[in-house]
Amino acid sequence: MTDTAQAPATGPLARLSDQFWRRPRLLLVLLLALPLLWLGLIYIGSLAALLAQSFFSIDEFSGLINREVTLRTYGELLRPANFDIILRTVLMAAAVTIAAAIIAFPIAYYAARHARGRMKAAFYLAVMLPLWSSYLVKVYAWKLILAKEGILTWAVEGLGASTILNAILALPVIGGNSLSVSYIGTFLVFLYVWLPFMILPLQASLERVPGNLLEASDDLGATPGQTFRHVILPLAMPGLIAGSIFTFSLTLGDYIIPQIVGNSSRFIGMAVYQHQGTAGNIPLAAAFAVVPIVIMGLYLWMARRRGAFDAL
Amino acid sequence: MNARLLGTVAMALALATQPLAAQVTAIGPGEGRLDIVAWPGYIERGETMADFDWVTRFEAATGCMVNVKTANTSDEMVALMNEGGFDLVTASGDASLRLIAGDRVQPINLDLIPSWSTVDPRLQNAPWYVVDGVHYGVPYMWGPNVLMYSTEVFGDTPPTSWSVVFEEQTLPDGQSNKGRVQAYDGPIHIADAAQYLMFHKPELGITSPYELNQDQYNAALDLLRAQRQLVSRYWHDAFIQIDDFKNEGMAASGSWPFQVNLLQSDGAPIASVIPQEGATGWADTTMMHVDSEHPNCAYLWMEHTLSSNLMSDLSVWFGANPAVPAACTDGRGMQTAEGCTKNGFDDFDRIRFWTTPVSSCPQGECVPYYRWVSDYIGVIGGR
Repeated sequence: MTDTAQAPATGPLARLSDQFWRRPRLLLVLLLALPLLWLGLIYIGSLAALLAQSFFSIDEFSGLINREVTLRTYGELLRPANFDIILRTVLMAAAVTIAAAIIAFPIAYYAARHARGRMKAAFYLAVMLPLWSSYLVKVYAWKLILAKEGILTWAVEGLGASTILNAILALPVIGGNSLSVSYIGTFLVFLYVWLPFMILPLQASLERVPGNLLEASDDLGATPGQTFRHVILPLAMPGLIAGSIFTFSLTLGDYIIPQIVGNSSRFIGMAVYQHQGTAGNIPLAAAFAVVPIVIMGLYLWMARRRGAFDAL
Repeated sequence: MNARLLGTVAMALALATQPLAAQVTAIGPGEGRLDIVAWPGYIERGETMADFDWVTRFEAATGCMVNVKTANTSDEMVALMNEGGFDLVTASGDASLRLIAGDRVQPINLDLIPSWSTVDPRLQNAPWYVVDGVHYGVPYMWGPNVLMYSTEVFGDTPPTSWSVVFEEQTLPDGQSNKGRVQAYDGPIHIADAAQYLMFHKPELGITSPYELNQDQYNAALDLLRAQRQLVSRYWHDAFIQIDDFKNEGMAASGSWPFQVNLLQSDGAPIASVIPQEGATGWADTTMMHVDSEHPNCAYLWMEHTLSSNLMSDLSVWFGANPAVPAACTDGRGMQTAEGCTKNGFDDFDRIRFWTTPVSSCPQGECVPYYRWVSDYIGVIGGR
């Protein structure tokens, strides 16, 4: 009677369970197989298929795809019209990132070090709220706000500041007929849409700056400016870099905002969409798609060296 | 041996003439299903607006359940048809010839479509779907790309020339057109520039705006580069253009009757005209896939497009023109004779319909569409 407890299990499920106990690796492999298959085949695989296309070229005469490995398509990226698109997108992404960092810093600093209780909850809500509404609704709303006969122009006129607005719009390159058809408008909408992605990581890193370091800095006679430069900013740098990865890469890849707000000049995402969708020039679309990947690769590599991922 | 040789020859002949042999000779009962690739808004079953429904009665009468896959560009349509699995497609002139050349569509036996005789004679042998006398489809809808303008700016005298969107000038309200005009954000707009040059620079010798040699093409691009200085934003989405005419103080732009109708029904001070140079336009055809799995339903649908309320109501819905002239007047749907006139029904001869620019053309070598795309991106980017 006593050996019933040690009798070998009989049911198939029980035997399977025994197997898992004896070979823990088997369980691990089974559990990981599906997600790994997903990542490896569906995600990396489709990406690789796309990138492989970029080494093909299009036959200038017939418009058919020539499946021979060549770097000619990458050479086409250097044509002035195409290089403009890359330069335009990178400059916009850089401008949006810098502006987002400057605006987000005081907000995140206040939320991390001063806001308490209800105020803190309200702050989180205020930052997150725009993320709850549809991206398209926000962009269309901004189109109306920035329109020539929109509320912003109306308000500026009411304040008697039309001359200032007109002077800004008269600027070469970034100006235009109205805010909604100028680079300034595109920039403002990008800034609004991606700002929460800068505030949140920045706030997380600022919360981790130990208060006693600030006090020590003060005790040793540092001015507030010196404390900021030599203590807060270096310690907040990982959060700043993490936030900039978001704002920079999101701006780099977006193709809807510049289509709705702006002067119709192409950004990388729009060029990919058009070459792939309407021109049937998949090699060039794939080559364009490689550009943000390379830029982000370099960016992440630099960020890693600055310790942006140490806190992960 | 002779018998075997004969057999092989017969088989080779049968293979060679397969597209013709595949033509349907009689309509049996419906197969219960029909898959169509269509432009957005082309096949409505009363779900967007209850009044616009030309599917449910067809389904009730034939038992063919209609599945629609919408496509936003002609290239998407061609890609979907190449993949297969569809019975019909509403192909524009810049897709239809590609489908025929690629053997993706089959000839239509017109004897099986009783209402064929009611089709507009101007469309019955149109070159964008009839090749060597063989009909590869049934006409669906057509429309012009009109010059839309603000009556607040132009008053009672409509613009007579496309020059208001191509060349800097002072408009009747005393201000420049700079920053107040739009152009279509698609490479096919190069054809509009070419058509303008056909009229104003006959020395270039352009005979068709879709067949341009290098010199003619360069002249069109130069015109478009000058236009870039006037255009504040190129229009891509019909509803964004509508918004721009309401909120951005736009004075004029090439457009579709669709936007004109919607703006007018909103009470906006908008009108449209086909200027002296003529206009480009689109004409769509219902075409049948070479491997259609539901040929009976497909034929029943083609007959349905010509005989039911479809032509009439769709022309109201889309601001286009029916392929059956009677649909304008006989009260089978909501369209009226005035409505058809407004949509440009009488301007057929002044319209040069969209076709895909290809490299081989009557004057030797022309610039193919693929170059149009990359160069137009450059023009919009200021190059």
